[in-house]
Amino acid sequence: MKIVVCVKQIQNPEIPSAQFRIDEQAKTLIPVSGLQPVLSPFDEQAVEAALRIRDSAGEAADVEITIVTIAPKASRAPIKAALALGADNAVLLSDSVFDGGGGYVTARNLAETIRTIGDVDLILAGRQAADGDAGVVGLGVAEILDIPAITFARDVQINDGVVTVQRVLQDGIETVEADLPALVTISNELGKVRHASMRETMRAAKKPVKEWMPDDIGLDETQVGSSAMRYKLEHLYVPVNDIECEFIGGDTPADIAATLAQHMREAKLI
Amino acid sequence: MTDNNNGVLVVVEVLESQPIDLGLEMLALARRLTDSMGGTVTAVAFGTGLESTGETLIAHGADQVLINDNSIFANFHAEAWLPDLSKMIAEVAPAIVLIGHSESGTDLAPRLAFRLDVDVATGCESIEIMNGRPHMTRSCFGGLAREVVTFTKTPALATVRSKSQQALPPMMERAGEIKHVDSILDENSMRTRVVNRETEKADGVKMESAKIVIGGGLGLGGPEGFKTLNEIAELVDGAVGASRAACDLDWCPRSYQIGLSGRTVAPELYIAVGISGASHHMAGCGNSKTIVSVNSDPNAEIFKSSRFGIVGNSQEIMPALAEEIRKLKA
Ligand SMILES: Cc1cc2nc3c(=O)[nH]c(=O)nc-3n(C[C@H](O)[C@H](O)[C@H](O)COP(=O)(O)OP(=O)(O)OC[C@H]3O[C@@H](n4cnc5c(N)ncnc54)[C@H](O)[C@@H]3O)c2cc1C
Ligand SMILES: Nc1ncnc2c1ncn2[C@@H]1O[C@H](COP(=O)(O)O)[C@@H](O)[C@H]1O
Repeated sequence: MKIVVCVKQIQNPEIPSAQFRIDEQAKTLIPVSGLQPVLSPFDEQAVEAALRIRDSAGEAADVEITIVTIAPKASRAPIKAALALGADNAVLLSDSVFDGGGGYVTARNLAETIRTIGDVDLILAGRQAADGDAGVVGLGVAEILDIPAITFARDVQINDGVVTVQRVLQDGIETVEADLPALVTISNELGKVRHASMRETMRAAKKPVKEWMPDDIGLDETQVGSSAMRYKLEHLYVPVNDIECEFIGGDTPADIAATLAQHMREAKLI
Repeated sequence: MTDNNNGVLVVVEVLESQPIDLGLEMLALARRLTDSMGGTVTAVAFGTGLESTGETLIAHGADQVLINDNSIFANFHAEAWLPDLSKMIAEVAPAIVLIGHSESGTDLAPRLAFRLDVDVATGCESIEIMNGRPHMTRSCFGGLAREVVTFTKTPALATVRSKSQQALPPMMERAGEIKHVDSILDENSMRTRVVNRETEKADGVKMESAKIVIGGGLGLGGPEGFKTLNEIAELVDGAVGASRAACDLDWCPRSYQIGLSGRTVAPELYIAVGISGASHHMAGCGNSKTIVSVNSDPNAEIFKSSRFGIVGNSQEIMPALAEEIRKLKA
């Protein structure tokens, strides 16, 4: 069985807000110097979901996990991290012609990459990338490949060519099935991801990483990156926050609580 | 918009025969957009028991309502909605399509975009017409930044964040047209099968409509902390929410999660207890009218978005607050 996991590499999304900088003129993020890019957290969990499927299928099942990413060449660390977790190989679209483009183009390019890989049974993606927070690419890939898609998974099981997903709802859980090939997007409820073992980390360096150009996936340069873009980024900015915090003090917790309760009553909330 | 302009089409979710607030909020946005660019506001509703939905939607700003009343739409299922919705959009040919940034909307809109071969802006907080083109402002980088995007193809598809707009007061005398449409769905074409659905009925006041919401985070120190929050919520007719970190540790039900990947609330008062104030959390409560936060760290990020702050131990402050409220109510 072949599983493809689509991963995006991004700046650590949990840095303190004081370190977060935007270049408004260039409409881009100013990377925090010295900070290595990471796998977007939901994508890391998508890798974990693939590994869990392989674990429960057993050695004999011959599950092959391929990581696919469109990312600048500069850093291969997140790809290596995914391989060290246990993925078998990777396909990297890293030429600068792939830069920019946004969700629409990314989905098109990933879909062609997956078509080129061929005979893929299951595609996993994150529910959304933790930089753009869009949540578009996974479903886009499924629509382009014309296969079923199930979103917001906390559990993914494969049995006899059928994928069974527990979907997270706001107020519960839904169990959804589809015949393979299918695409599933992973949510944080999937839970903890494993740590890379020493053995896999050593092996990771030797795992095959292919680098493909547009013609490897049957596209020309007008169909990739910013030249194929469907949207225009007009502005990118950090909103100003002009709230002045008034601290409520007091000698004892009871004093403080009494002041707060009084405020609430004056506001007619009690 | 000069090229093609049949206004704005709004997909309104209906739950238990009532359009959800977000649907009505989007109708208000749609009215504002058509005021500035012309065209009509079309609302579409899928579901069952939609007898009075048409009038409600017209009262809240729709000029035309397309009702698709069919038992297959009783529960949301993206794949089931797509053929009908695509057809409605092709017929109405709107310049803009608005879908709620809800659990269903986020599942539906990207699929629809690729089916219509257009781009989509998810999680929009505002949309404005400038130089005849819709400019969509959306949150990104976990809520730390905003981007404004425009598209090169129509319709412009957007999902709209809950509580980012204000619904119009209903005007029962508003005129509009209600059309019932027949579904074109071929059920055999459905490739995803829902085999089970388990929903937990939350008791107490619904978080989205509560005037007071109390959010708990890791600073509560454990699941017991939520007991005190629940007690206070009960006293003030409020609701309890949580940070993702608290949900991930099972200190509270996962349905409590407020934030980027959880619920959106905008109560009169949000009390954040033992929550650090990560942008991902604030994305779900930043529109609250007043935020009060309780945190043991005087430099906690949360104080930057709070009107009132209390530096202290939540395990002391919250029981004391419960006590004070009880006194006031006695
Ligand atoms: C892509 C992505 C999406 C996310 N989505 C969400 C989301 O939807 N919702 C969400 O909430 N988070 C979300 N997060 C996680 C978010 O970034 C934070 O990690 C999370 O909100 C932190 O939760 P917390 O404030 O409870 O915990 P912490 O950050 O650990 O903060 C605990 C706070 O409690 C204070 N404290 C400690 N002890 C006490 C005490 N005794 N009394 C009072 N205060 C005390 C500490 O000073 C600290 O400020 C997301 C993250 C990512 C990357
Ligand atoms: N550049 C990329 N390379 C590989 N996968 C991606 C890329 N961008 C997005 N994805 C996948 O699509 C998911 C949703 O991304 P987005 O629509 O950008 O929020 C991510 O969680 C990834 O799984």
